[in-house]
Amino acid sequence: MTDTANEQAEAPPGISFTINGATVEANPGELLIDAAERHGVYIPRFCYHPRMKSVGMCRMCLVDVDRGRGARLEPACMITAAPDMIVDTESDQTQRAQEGILDLLLVNHPLDCPVCDKGGECPLQDQTVAYGPGESRFVEEKRHYEKPIPISDLVYLDRERCILCDRCTRFASDVAGDPLIHFIDRGNETQVNTFPDEPFSSYFSGNTVQICPVGALTAEPYRFKARPWDLAENESTAVVDSTGARVVLQSSRDELVRVLGVDSDAVNWSWLSDKERFTYEANGSEERLTDPLVRSESGEFATARWADAAAFAAEALQADPSLIGVIGGARLPVEGQFMWSTLLDALGVRDADPQIGDGLETELIQSLPRATIAEAAAPGGVVVLLSGDLKEELPTLYLRLRHAAVEDGASLIEMTARATGLSRFAKAKLHALPGTIDDVAEAVAAGTTSETVGGVDAAELAMAAKLLGSGRPVTVVIGRTNLAEDPGLITKAAAAIHRLVPEAKFLPALRRGNIHGAIETGLARGRTTTEILEDAAAGEVETLVLLGADPLADFPDRALVSSAFDMVENLVAVDTFATASSARADVILPAASFGEVDGSFVNLERRISPLRAKVTAPGQGRADWMIAAELAAALDHDLNVTSLDEVRTLLSSTMPAFADIDWSNIDAGGDGPLLGATNAVTPSLADIAAATSVAVPAVDGYGLRLVVDRKLWDLGTMVQQSQSLAHLAADTTLALSPADFDALGVQDGSTITVTGPGGATAELEVSASAGVPRGVAHVPYRMNGFDVGTFLSASTAVIDVRVNAG
Amino acid sequence: MTRLHAANELLAKEVIARYPVKKSALIPLLHLVQEQNGYVTNEGMSHLAELLDITSAEVLGTCSFYEMFKLEPVGRYVINVCGTMSCQLLGADELIHHAEERLGIKVGATTDDGLFTLERAECQAACTEAPCLQVNYRHEFRVTHDNFDSLVDRLTADSKKNGSAAIPPHGTLSQTRQQIPAGRAVGAVAPDEVNGPPVWLPIDEPEETS
Repeated sequence: MTDTANEQAEAPPGISFTINGATVEANPGELLIDAAERHGVYIPRFCYHPRMKSVGMCRMCLVDVDRGRGARLEPACMITAAPDMIVDTESDQTQRAQEGILDLLLVNHPLDCPVCDKGGECPLQDQTVAYGPGESRFVEEKRHYEKPIPISDLVYLDRERCILCDRCTRFASDVAGDPLIHFIDRGNETQVNTFPDEPFSSYFSGNTVQICPVGALTAEPYRFKARPWDLAENESTAVVDSTGARVVLQSSRDELVRVLGVDSDAVNWSWLSDKERFTYEANGSEERLTDPLVRSESGEFATARWADAAAFAAEALQADPSLIGVIGGARLPVEGQFMWSTLLDALGVRDADPQIGDGLETELIQSLPRATIAEAAAPGGVVVLLSGDLKEELPTLYLRLRHAAVEDGASLIEMTARATGLSRFAKAKLHALPGTIDDVAEAVAAGTTSETVGGVDAAELAMAAKLLGSGRPVTVVIGRTNLAEDPGLITKAAAAIHRLVPEAKFLPALRRGNIHGAIETGLARGRTTTEILEDAAAGEVETLVLLGADPLADFPDRALVSSAFDMVENLVAVDTFATASSARADVILPAASFGEVDGSFVNLERRISPLRAKVTAPGQGRADWMIAAELAAALDHDLNVTSLDEVRTLLSSTMPAFADIDWSNIDAGGDGPLLGATNAVTPSLADIAAATSVAVPAVDGYGLRLVVDRKLWDLGTMVQQSQSLAHLAADTTLALSPADFDALGVQDGSTITVTGPGGATAELEVSASAGVPRGVAHVPYRMNGFDVGTFLSASTAVIDVRVNAG
Repeated sequence: MTRLHAANELLAKEVIARYPVKKSALIPLLHLVQEQNGYVTNEGMSHLAELLDITSAEVLGTCSFYEMFKLEPVGRYVINVCGTMSCQLLGADELIHHAEERLGIKVGATTDDGLFTLERAECQAACTEAPCLQVNYRHEFRVTHDNFDSLVDRLTADSKKNGSAAIPPHGTLSQTRQQIPAGRAVGAVAPDEVNGPPVWLPIDEPEETS
């Protein structure tokens, strides 16, 4: 009782105003258009978008507003509700304004709705029917432009249809920070366009298609694929990275044809990266595995019946459990991960790692006090980016942090290996030389910020120390800054920051899809992928299971994987695609993919959200939990589950973190709850760091320290299997600081010879990048041409390369 | 070479330094590009984008908004003939027709020798002097067909003289550069950071007391 009274007393006073005769309350500062909608009065609009600043471009939301001096038309998206305001959205004057605006918007808008992708879900079409004049007064010829022009590889622009609402251009400049499209020319000639030969190559370009209120912007993968009234949809979660953006999957004739962002307050604010939006194409790829494959006596794969393939795989799993290793599992839904984890428990398998050598230790992740995205992006916070380039690795998280830095006064401290997409907003840039990130963090923590450490200016160190010591809430985004560097250094750096700011919270930036589901369900256990592979290469692993993992292409030490594969007796792969690694397997079990099975997903905040089936899996692909259950049955460990609900019941009763999950609520959609506490006992961050020792060799005066990190468009399976995206992966180039050019005798654009640690060489084009620190060579991972993975080694803390001109 | 020349790049950097926000220097710099090349080149716009830390699309968006920035090569002399009401009533249409005949080009085109670009313009605020036109934005009043012919002859002759022609080539900002002494420059101070009176006001020395 007293609680309620207190809440009422603390609640900000509402603003009472009248709308269409009813007296309602608005929140202070709330826009009239929002307040009206909250009370069931929809005011038509084109340019207004709740996640962007209003501009009042389209004038469609003009309504009669009487502030005591008579009613006059005001745009509802530009004014806040005020006390005693009398609003009439149905008056004659309002209706005349709406008819007039629509009449004018349609002066030049072509009536090609029957062939327009937007027809049927078009705000202009719908609002013209609802509020329009019925008939146009204009008989003149309409304006003509060249019909759709590609403004990027993924987006087409039909300027005739454009009503100049400024949504796409506002998105590009204010939300994505890639203002590559802009209003060009003026007056009647105004059009949205790009600079000649500079396409709208933003990672977020697909959002402009989703928010376009007419059919002016269309996405290449969806053009002419379906009509809105044919689409069936299901709300789900994007699985390409660990942000877990909320999406809606739309299908037509049992084929995924479109993915749209859902406005989730906690996660993605309706935005998606193009990877999250367009990789659904991979589901329909012709290279999907459709049948179980078993390697025959002759060494060729032969299609097998499920029972036979399962029996074959089961036999491999009958090995001594200490000689079985499992790699991967981040692709699987939570239920699949849990059933595999249960199967491994039943068999007594001790070693499984869902990360493929490019993440952080499971124990470290479990020991971290966790932040939510909302906490990290909270106004006035301090965010330490101890991770790779979030724009490349977790683009939706990048949008939230960018917003926090630009609009909400959050301060960013960048502790990445080089300049990133967020550098422009960072208050302090600590781009440490590979191998020194722990020293840099120690210097900040100890306050010894009077001299350069690890190539980082004293001024930057001092700024970081000042921000961390300011008493503002601190969130550390923790991931891998550099795949060519021992992750133990990140652990030590995190521990140093945590010592300085004990109340700091952490947001793990592990990139792989459902990696946190794997950790929470116990699929991560025992030794790491690196250790499993080292054992395998030493002949100490008999059966290696790949759960949707392609270590041959992905693990940052190619040679180790290859020799491990040579030595293991049985290689079992469960995958959706034939990959380089599964091609070496003895048996491949086809799994159903994203959008083909129900399940759930745990994102980097530990937030659980649903994965929903929308289409049927091709061929004989099965849900991962079924595969695990089938193998268990074949191994005489019947797990006694026959449905997803039973798996979930078992999961809730076994894993404390899932104990309080109301599964029917998860499936209903919405933001989804955070997982509960686990009973995992982990050492503290400080203890883990103290137990970590990394021997960093001294800097070799002739060499350059290698920084390897990921790009959004790479040779990863999901990108390469999506036909619209596959060609977006660039060629491998080596970026250097311009300050190193003279000493090395190289020029921008010239071809150089790079010599790796083992004496292996590669010819690469070199480019100048001011964001790369001196003494560092930056090469992106898994790009066309040279594979930098061949330079990497799991056994050295840093990699030095030599660069020679010509 | 249609990016800014080295000397102009230096000047551009100086201009940028006068503003608290780099982007504010965009329009002066577009004039600089136009002065250098006679029109605003794509390479010039890309160069400005680099200097100002914005995208080329943003530069183009601003540039294309303003009629006086030309995105295509124009002649040494841009002739804008007013076609708005007063001029039209007093023979602008005939004058434009005559100009087309005399120059051998249509409105909007440039003569082959690169000397003249003919444009039809909106009101030039000289209605009492109709019909009027502008050559590189310098007025000519009550233009008859004969006046026009002699104007073209004079400009053609001028163009052959080196140096001090009466009308400088299109894009020229001024014939003498203004230099603001550093001591009197406002400097890059954001409006909300200004303390005290504007620097160009004479400073009131405190009266000495005897």
